[in-house]
Amino acid sequence: MKSSVITFPGSNCDRDMDVALKKFGFHNKMVWHDENELPKSDLVVLPGGFSYGDYLRCGSMASKSRIMQSVINFAKSGGLVMGICNGFQILVETGLVPGVLLRNKYLEFICKNVFVKLDNKENAYFKNLNKDILEFHIAHNEGNYFCTKDQLKEIEDNNQIAIYYCNKEGKIEDQYNPNGSIKNIAGIFNKEKNVLGMMPHPERMIDQSLSGEDGSIFFKNLMNNIK
Amino acid sequence: MEVNEQIAIDHGLKSDEFKKICQLLKRTPNITELGIFSAMWNEHCSYKSSRLHLKKLPTKGKKVIQGPGENAGVIDIEDGDAIVFKIESHNHPSFIEPYQGAATGVGGIMRDVFTMGARPIANLNSIHFGSPQHKKTKNLLRGVVHGIGGYGNCMGVPTIAGQTSFDSSYNGNILVNAMTLGLVKKNKIFYSKAAGLNKPVIYVGSKTGRDGIHGASMASASFDEKIEEKKPTVQVGDPFTEKLLLEACLELMAGDSIIAIQDMGAAGLTSSSIEMASKGNLGIEIDLSKVPCRETKMTPYEIMLSESQERMLIVLENGKEEIAKKIFDKWNLDFAVIGKTTNSKSIELIFNQEQVAKIPVNILVENSPMYDRKWKKSKLPKKNKFKNEVLNKLKIKDVLKKILSNQNICSKEWIWQQYDHTVMGDTIQKPGGDSGVVRVHGTNKAVAASVDSSAVYCWAHPLTGGKQIVAESWRNLISVGATPIAITNCLNFGSPEKEDNMGEFVECVQGIGEASKYLNFPVVSGNVSFYNQTKDVGIKPTPSIGGVGLIKNYKKMISMDLKELDNLVLVIGKTEGHIDQSLFARTILDEKNGPPPEVNLFNEKNNGESILNLIDKGYVRSAHDISLGGLLVAISKMCIKGNKGIKINKSKNLVNEIEYFFAEDQGRYLIEVNKKDLKEVTKILNKNSVHHEELGIITQNDMIINEKTKVTIDELKSYYTNWLSKYMS
Repeated sequence: MKSSVITFPGSNCDRDMDVALKKFGFHNKMVWHDENELPKSDLVVLPGGFSYGDYLRCGSMASKSRIMQSVINFAKSGGLVMGICNGFQILVETGLVPGVLLRNKYLEFICKNVFVKLDNKENAYFKNLNKDILEFHIAHNEGNYFCTKDQLKEIEDNNQIAIYYCNKEGKIEDQYNPNGSIKNIAGIFNKEKNVLGMMPHPERMIDQSLSGEDGSIFFKNLMNNIK
Repeated sequence: MEVNEQIAIDHGLKSDEFKKICQLLKRTPNITELGIFSAMWNEHCSYKSSRLHLKKLPTKGKKVIQGPGENAGVIDIEDGDAIVFKIESHNHPSFIEPYQGAATGVGGIMRDVFTMGARPIANLNSIHFGSPQHKKTKNLLRGVVHGIGGYGNCMGVPTIAGQTSFDSSYNGNILVNAMTLGLVKKNKIFYSKAAGLNKPVIYVGSKTGRDGIHGASMASASFDEKIEEKKPTVQVGDPFTEKLLLEACLELMAGDSIIAIQDMGAAGLTSSSIEMASKGNLGIEIDLSKVPCRETKMTPYEIMLSESQERMLIVLENGKEEIAKKIFDKWNLDFAVIGKTTNSKSIELIFNQEQVAKIPVNILVENSPMYDRKWKKSKLPKKNKFKNEVLNKLKIKDVLKKILSNQNICSKEWIWQQYDHTVMGDTIQKPGGDSGVVRVHGTNKAVAASVDSSAVYCWAHPLTGGKQIVAESWRNLISVGATPIAITNCLNFGSPEKEDNMGEFVECVQGIGEASKYLNFPVVSGNVSFYNQTKDVGIKPTPSIGGVGLIKNYKKMISMDLKELDNLVLVIGKTEGHIDQSLFARTILDEKNGPPPEVNLFNEKNNGESILNLIDKGYVRSAHDISLGGLLVAISKMCIKGNKGIKINKSKNLVNEIEYFFAEDQGRYLIEVNKKDLKEVTKILNKNSVHHEELGIITQNDMIINEKTKVTIDELKSYYTNWLSKYMS
């Protein structure tokens, strides 16, 4: 299976994502933001980091990078595009997924493990996953997901919420919401469920010596689903 | 402008230093030249008060590839890999403008590391604030933490460990020390020594602006009521540009274009160009009209003294300009050929086709002032006699509660949660342990690092304090299973012109030297920060020691959380009951005088090496060194992290129970071992004559201290975790 990770100026989780994808069997290529065309890919990943220094608005400038037209076309033709953290911020800026990401409620960067609950397994990312609650890791300053009431209704009607922040037992409550996201939303799909944006970093959870191994479960499953 | 003595004094030079300049030049310098002298001869760049004493530090060792004198120190971690590391202060700017001051401190130290060809793999910091009740403390703390995070997080380098303390002596002068470790191949290390004639001198990175002019001079003076006016001397950081600069430099370094490279840190273009010329015994000619400027009409004086961040100076091989330019274009960074190396052995500056300065390099460097300042020796204070009646009246649980929730002991999670500590995917021990640990990417090795300081001990007796910090750094590395290799030091003191402060400096350095020599733990890099005072009030002497060690097989790393029920916890090292200068004496008994605990280097070495031996044999399940707060604090942290209790045996030790639990005797550790290994462990410890005793057995829920005293794990957690977040909310 072929994957591509886009490197923008200021991306800093691009290597980590490369390591993770390769570990679980992807043939991954790093693609520079200034390229015109994506290489042939089964999965495109927009990695975390601070593309363009988060200047103007997180993800805003990267969403206008040259390669993004090709990524948008790929997504619109049904290709799998996953945005992690800053990648999620870039996705909302392209309009591929609805909503915006505001500054964290307590105005502080947060780096810690969180639990997320899967809401929808009818998609290439979570299909066949034998767990409903995963322990992931977050590291962000602007992960406070927000959208209008109408948008929220549409998102819910279309089952577009991918994951919620929750506790170990899967309870979705305000106290387990690290950043103030509306409805504890940690990640969402586009309508067609081929585009996934999420704040947590599964690529930081791929080894028992690191923060945990639920990232491994996620990537293995993703690989099997694409194969 | 005609230069005279008054202008020189306004530049921070002393009257006889100005005379010396005129003598050496055989004329009066012009204003640009005077600016250059003031930048090179201030305390921050010239080490004029400290050089004489720093020379005595042990800097060599089998594992040392590069000691002090370069951008950072370099040590060998085998298999062709090396670690580049250094700690540096950014105290003065952080007090004036906490966010930018701290941010650029982090940016500066990372640049020092990647200038040598190493990719930064870990950041640490040691930050010290005034009393929590002081009106400035909260904002300074928030600003510094945001600044450190803002820069390090954006760079994508994990912040893996640190130290935070509060003491009223920092009310008017906080300390921000930042440390970075980088990874490099031994055969791809870059140095700042220029070589060869007519080689192009290249400027890359950000444009030069008017920010930070005289930053280094500001850092070489005391504060007064006019500090607000000094805000323009604080540099403004742009971590995004630095990230690009890092990637561009490493890309260029992969080839063979670079002869020498030096970052523009303190004193900007001035010190970078002069250092390269001086090390290469060459001259450098720079056309200042070619320097990319952010603002219009900048004068040669301003260009030379600007401390705009994220800039590098490179001497290239001839004919490599195009290759280099292409890389910097790709990363959208400025690139300009601004000069060449010459055989004039002078720094020659040209602006609009006119020569605006010419100074022989040796005058600036070798002839820079060096002072043998007067200093006062400290006496070891007398021991206090603590009466048993007083101690016995205290309730252990109350004391423990107060100490665990003390600002200098309690959990600093509020701080380190704001630092990305997991990016790069190799952090295997997060902040909050004895050392931070990162794997060497793609190998079985890991590198451990810790940063420590004990201002109170140094204040009470500088010689002992200096030794103690090195010993503590060594213990912190051993506690995670790392073999200590070398240290970097950041020496934060008051004014060297005061005999007391200078004495503290001299004797702390002596202590550091003695311990690092004995432990074979050499000093490979560092920095000195004097004049940490507002008006006449100086800080407590605060040397920070950054230690680095190697874990050959990262799977053998040890952490402090208790692992398994029914395992035993042993105390390694003897508890004599030294209460003077302990947190207990200061906070519970309100006794601020007395000597710090004695440091017995033989025991430190013997105990440490024996524990490493036990770890290597697989007998140690968890470990933690006993330091600030004493034994009961150490075991409490192990219980909290492991979510387990302990039933503590009645001690056979003869000292008073309170003294036993809260004394800060040195050279001690707690280790967890399985019952089945106890015999073998005891045998090894006895063979090495290491003092040890059984503290107790690991249980489910409670810490049972004696027949009358029980503390639940939840209670321990609430004492330990709440203070800082409550304070900051």
